[in-house]
Amino acid sequence: MHEMSIALAVVGQVEDAARSHGHTAVESVALRVGELAGVVPDALRFCFELACENTLLAGATLLTQQVPGRASCAPCGSDWDTGLPPQLCCPCCGGAAGGLLSGRELEIAEVRWADAGAATACQEV
Amino acid sequence: MCRAADLQTAVLAKNDEGARDLRARMAARGTALVNLMSSPGSGKTALLEAELGLARERGLAVAALTADLATENDARRLARSGVPVRQVLTDGLCHLETDMLGRHLDGWPEQDVRLLFVENVGNLVCPASYDLGESLRVVLASVTEGEDKPLKYPTAFGLAHLVVVTKNDIAEAVEFDREAFLGHVRQVNPGVEVVFTSARSGEGAGLLLDRALAVADGAAPHRPVMATATVALVEDGHAHAHAFGLGHGHPHAHAHPHPHDPADAHDGAHDGAPAAAR
Ligand SMILES: [Zn+2]
Repeated sequence: MHEMSIALAVVGQVEDAARSHGHTAVESVALRVGELAGVVPDALRFCFELACENTLLAGATLLTQQVPGRASCAPCGSDWDTGLPPQLCCPCCGGAAGGLLSGRELEIAEVRWADAGAATACQEV
Repeated sequence: MCRAADLQTAVLAKNDEGARDLRARMAARGTALVNLMSSPGSGKTALLEAELGLARERGLAVAALTADLATENDARRLARSGVPVRQVLTDGLCHLETDMLGRHLDGWPEQDVRLLFVENVGNLVCPASYDLGESLRVVLASVTEGEDKPLKYPTAFGLAHLVVVTKNDIAEAVEFDREAFLGHVRQVNPGVEVVFTSARSGEGAGLLLDRALAVADGAAPHRPVMATATVALVEDGHAHAHAFGLGHGHPHAHAHPHPHDPADAHDGAHDGAPAAAR
């Protein structure tokens, strides 16, 4: 279950950000998770809770924002929802998609600090 | 160069930086790393054993590192080929990460090798998310695993540079539907090469070695759709990069039309981000 490794990476990044901004507590962490990122959000939430224990993130909530997989074909000027498992061939011409417009995200979107001293309640990492 | 994991910059940024360093370290030693992924029982070790033996016959300097949850059998088996083999116990971890791999490559192998095969932990879910600094990412599946394997593990198959089908000698016996399998691979990774092998009959022997050598010699590996961030076309015909990252480097090695500002990537509605890209 690599969700644990991912949860630990998130906690590590938020801890680094907290240190450099002088924060001591975290209310919530919002993660953008692409449909094609290969991560199971429920498993991630479970692991996140464990990973937060005994850190300044203890008690923080994980909010996941799902990002749909979208692919495009330049010659046809088309784009489509890939679905899961993804359809990465163009529905118009049958050729290979040129690439993904979205769907591989695995990124911290927002952290809400919980400490009173926070200059702003909400800050980008 | 656009790597698979470039699209996941934020959370896995540390692993990805490590992968870039490791790739550079390997390149400096003239070594190309080959990341082999499969489910347990796919015949990965048998295939690798045969390819290592062949490399030795050809006088090609290769080595193999095998990641295992517990047993030592794979390493012992691979060592029979006579090339340097090292085993890494992942201590329950379901995948290799770059820092772990990097530690095991400090001073090993003693002699520089052309190809270093890394037999990843046996599953097709977790290892798929981690760039190990490999030059070639190979996914294996045996004919016994069924035609819909690529649809069950789209991340692994979708990011592969090469798909190797093993145990093809029993394809008929297990009623493996080759065309359906190829169709499913195409759906998640159009254009990726699929090779058919059998350690028992010798079918496809040396193909893995050949493909790995080609990349080691500078040939560009296949570029999977899933590893390619694309841009959306807007009405004025100008392409704009879609914000994948969050201030951690580029989502894509190519055209990024504006200076990278974290605030920018954070806000999908910034100038020029077309509605179609949301
Ligand atoms: Zn098309």
